[in-house]
Amino acid sequence: MSIDLQTVKKIASLSRISVTDAEAEAMVPELNNILGWVEQLGEVDVTGIEPMTAVIPNHQRLREDAVTDGDVRDKVLANAPQAEHGFFAVPKVIE
Amino acid sequence: MTESTYRIQGATGEWEVVIGLEVHAQVTSQAKLFSGAATAFGAEPNTQVSLVDAAMPGMLPVPNRECIRQAVRTGMAIDAQINKWSRFDRKNYFYADLPQGYQISQLYHPIVGEGQIEITLDEKNPDSSTKTIGIERIHVEQDAGKLMHDQHPTRSYVDLNRSGVALMEIVSKPDMRSPAEAGAYLSKLRTILRYVGSCDGNMDQGSMRADVNVSVRRPGEEFGTRTETKNVNSVRFVMAVVEHEASRQVDVLEAGGKVVQETRLYDPDRNETRSMRSKEDAHDYRYFPDPDLLPLELDDAFLEECRQSLPELPDAKRQRYEQALGLSAYNAATLTADADTARWFEALLAEGARIQKKSEGEVAKASANWLLSELYGALNRLGKSLEDSPVGPEEGAELLALVADGTISGTIAKQVFEIMLETGDRAPKIVEEKGLKQTSDTGAIEAAVAKVLADNGDKVEQYKAGKDALFGFFVGQTMKAMQGKANPQVVNELIKKALA
Repeated sequence: MSIDLQTVKKIASLSRISVTDAEAEAMVPELNNILGWVEQLGEVDVTGIEPMTAVIPNHQRLREDAVTDGDVRDKVLANAPQAEHGFFAVPKVIE
Repeated sequence: MTESTYRIQGATGEWEVVIGLEVHAQVTSQAKLFSGAATAFGAEPNTQVSLVDAAMPGMLPVPNRECIRQAVRTGMAIDAQINKWSRFDRKNYFYADLPQGYQISQLYHPIVGEGQIEITLDEKNPDSSTKTIGIERIHVEQDAGKLMHDQHPTRSYVDLNRSGVALMEIVSKPDMRSPAEAGAYLSKLRTILRYVGSCDGNMDQGSMRADVNVSVRRPGEEFGTRTETKNVNSVRFVMAVVEHEASRQVDVLEAGGKVVQETRLYDPDRNETRSMRSKEDAHDYRYFPDPDLLPLELDDAFLEECRQSLPELPDAKRQRYEQALGLSAYNAATLTADADTARWFEALLAEGARIQKKSEGEVAKASANWLLSELYGALNRLGKSLEDSPVGPEEGAELLALVADGTISGTIAKQVFEIMLETGDRAPKIVEEKGLKQTSDTGAIEAAVAKVLADNGDKVEQYKAGKDALFGFFVGQTMKAMQGKANPQVVNELIKKALA
């Protein structure tokens, strides 16, 4: 698998990361190197082996249905560039 | 099962409509799907938000057992396959109401697989045709926050109270063929969810929203290209969307155009759908398994508890009302259409059977008739619902018992009921205080009959000459003279005797 300049630009835009043309061009070989390196794993025969989801066999723990959190509006809004009347205020987004 | 005959008459011939619904139902729970923040409706903005819901770095989601349990119970109620192994995936997109930058959902391994729902096309007429609608899957996912655009000229306000609330996405197969079928499916699904208790079904509060997939085709041909109309929040609107979207597509096709696969919005004020402007890569969600969450594995004990906790479901209840309680199909359907109504009716039955020392079957018909005509009539008049009815099941059962044992007549019962509604007093007290007890005192009734006949000599002669219909007149006059309190059977007998 290898990717081209267009794909790099698309991924950047989907991730909302701004990259210049020069940066994007530099990333093509870098990302392809990484992909090629990871692809070596494809050489291992994994027929009949279940994908591993954790290093130690472990169960997903579940939480009881109780209100134990929230009511921390100031903390939630603390890092917002702009907050008004208890809301986050963001540039107008309307479809 | 019957095939729908619903067709759109185009200029070039008939078209068939194909409909599938994706319903988002908010899971009834105290806390959110992955955090301990509250889910209650209508709280102050951003007060029901934990640092997990706000997607602060380093926060770890932990699934809420109750949300998982409700999804499984819902799956069981639609006879679906329950997947003991399921997994959460990240659906990546950027929007101001989604602080994580992804929604935790289940794309590849949903918790519930294929199931089905049987719909009745005319709810009030259960003998009308039924149809089975396939369910593709139910998965569990997070809701997003809420955006408000009208509070500030250049800013949108974001409230994250809904962010992270558990939703079930219930995906039907494209099995519906008319607006009526789509409406019946959504109503039936809502009924089931409310019976199960996994969603409150309050569509006006956004607890249930439907994405409506519509395409058209020549009858019997391959599926056409579909459009998806988002966030439709009532049964009536779903039916309107199907109708309008289908005829719009027919117009496009007959003009030689092509239907574009796209997302549309419904505008209830103008009763039309319109295309949502969307970037071409908007749907590149780059799903992948959420590394913060292990696969969800359910054991047999958990599933068994879910199964045991299911209530009697609407179809089974309706059958029982008809077969074991002897109710008409119409009454059985009306009483079971909503979980609250059925609960109220069953409380009335239990209490009636207890007071009258009879079986529930013996008091069922009178109870059903009273609830559906007298009580519903009164509630309609008062603009109240069963939930805030001024007369409860116990009080109703007391009233019905007085009729059943002959203490009062049906006519007097109506008066007593009115007084109960007005004063909040109970039936036995009202009957006692107002002296409304029905009399079988033959002496008093005989005297009244004699007077009625004496006062209406001309009518007596006409009656004797063969005008039988006048019998009712004598009964009416006697009852009036007795102020409605005479036992109607005794009145009948005594008049017959007097006229013989």
